[in-house]
Amino acid sequence: MDAVFQGGALSSQAVGIAKRQRLMDVGFKYLTQFFALSVLFALLGIIASLIFNAAPALSKFGFGFFTTVEWDIINGEFGGLIAIYGTVITSVIALLIAVPLSFGIAVFLTEICPKSLRRPLGTAIEILAAVPSIIYGMFGLFIFAPLFAQYIQPALAGTLGQIPGLGILFSGAFNGIGILCAGLILAMMILPFIASVMRDVFEIVPPVLKESAYGIGCTTWEVVRNVVLPYTKTGVIGGIMLGLGRALGETMAVTFVIGNAHKLTASLFAPGNSIASTLANEFGEAEVGVHYSSLFALGLALFAITFIVLAIAKIMLMRMEKNQGVKT
Amino acid sequence: MSRDASLFSKRKRANAFGLTFSMAAMSIGMLFLFWILAILLYKGFSAISPALFLANTPAPGTEGGGLANPIVGSLMIVSFCTLISTPIGILAGIYLSEYGQNSKIAEVTRFVTDIMLSAPSIVIGLFVYAIIVYQVKHFSGWAGTVALSLIAIPVVVRTTENMLKLVPTTLREAAFALGAPKWKVSLTVVLRAAKSGVITGVLLALARVSGETAPLLFTALNNQFFSTNMNAPMANLPVVIFQFAMSPYDNWVNLAWGGALIITFAVLGLNILARVVLREKVSV
Repeated sequence: MDAVFQGGALSSQAVGIAKRQRLMDVGFKYLTQFFALSVLFALLGIIASLIFNAAPALSKFGFGFFTTVEWDIINGEFGGLIAIYGTVITSVIALLIAVPLSFGIAVFLTEICPKSLRRPLGTAIEILAAVPSIIYGMFGLFIFAPLFAQYIQPALAGTLGQIPGLGILFSGAFNGIGILCAGLILAMMILPFIASVMRDVFEIVPPVLKESAYGIGCTTWEVVRNVVLPYTKTGVIGGIMLGLGRALGETMAVTFVIGNAHKLTASLFAPGNSIASTLANEFGEAEVGVHYSSLFALGLALFAITFIVLAIAKIMLMRMEKNQGVKT
Repeated sequence: MSRDASLFSKRKRANAFGLTFSMAAMSIGMLFLFWILAILLYKGFSAISPALFLANTPAPGTEGGGLANPIVGSLMIVSFCTLISTPIGILAGIYLSEYGQNSKIAEVTRFVTDIMLSAPSIVIGLFVYAIIVYQVKHFSGWAGTVALSLIAIPVVVRTTENMLKLVPTTLREAAFALGAPKWKVSLTVVLRAAKSGVITGVLLALARVSGETAPLLFTALNNQFFSTNMNAPMANLPVVIFQFAMSPYDNWVNLAWGGALIITFAVLGLNILARVVLREKVSV
């Protein structure tokens, strides 16, 4: 103590230490801030480089790039409509199948499942989410597509395909691979993502609310529909949007099974192309020029769509968290 | 009375229907998991042999061969990615948790990080191609490392932040009361208290990037030969699996299944390890 305080004043050595530590503190703050900002700069860099490289194609074809079907590598005519259509339609199919199923899984894990099984089954779903997407692609190509062509496609053509108007969606040869198959594999892939977000938001419903509903004689299903779901609405939508964001940007699972054909066909059985699969197949061979630039324009479109979807998801989930603080 | 009975049975039926649907959904989810794992084991095990780990990738149409060069390539790319993304991610996470309570910068960063978590990985491949591969005019292991780091960093940032936030404020206050400066408190008290959580985040990031294929397609590309030169195109498991699985040669497809088995079990193993590390912390 005497070394530090000499007659009520700090010793020069102590002042030196304090000064040095204050300097270290400031330095540390800016160091960590710099790395935090690097994520922000990476995002800005991605947007800037996409716009910069897409500019030649966009200035040549104008906004029409996004509404043109043409994709002619030899004559240098490019339009993104087929790929954008493929991306959107496969993701929509995936959501139509994955959302009800993941809702069911989340309800099972939070309301029905015996306590002792909750953890292992929840982990199993999370493990399904961790399987790399290339595995889903291989599984789709070698295992699922042949079964799909042999059993499911004829069945669909025989039932839904007979409905006037709707039938055109389920017409054509039973190849297995195609837009519908890609949608189904995507559904399998995003199912665990959506299910685990839904489970997490269902779990934050205050037990008192559920208990009072059970207390007045509600069935489990009524509790889910009238208490849990209204309470977690924003979180559920956020989870769905998160799954949609994943589906839109997924490359490997889709590239294996979509068929990679630059054709716009009404039938869901026909092979098509998505933005990500076009990039995966063609970017490696593209010469710098219009083709190269058009691929960047597709990448820009994909990034813009997913960015908007993910931003909505994030805002929804944030609102959910805020409400949680108010209501409990 | 009779009207009540019909309402009652209607509600019961709706409940039974809902619960059945929910259980069916769960079974479908489980079915997918076991189906995929069973196929992987069935197809992959026939490809597993010492040669798979010792021999290099075979030329098109030839018999034999293995995946030694892509396995080494993947290990190198992923290790360098870990070395880059761990310090950056942890420091950024410290900023968000220790300095970013009410700051606008932190709020924006948090938002952007969450979006980067699910951003399409192929677009990150395009970006790295444009800023590195195109500038130096050749594909390289380093470009692949950078692309994977861009995917891994957000995972590390977010888990680090969440884990540091769980450390009780009283612990920080106790350290401050002893006169410790903030940087010392952050690094030696808060970070150490949250150690296992942070390790979990790094492991999860590792698991995430190990299976990523799309960003490596235009960055590390592939290499038929054994190479440990990070400055040259580098063979790596995901891209080799992609090329071999899409090829018409039976031997290549077989090797692709072997590679798929290795990579899935590596990724699932990392995930389980991450869970074990975290659980030990919770039980203490």
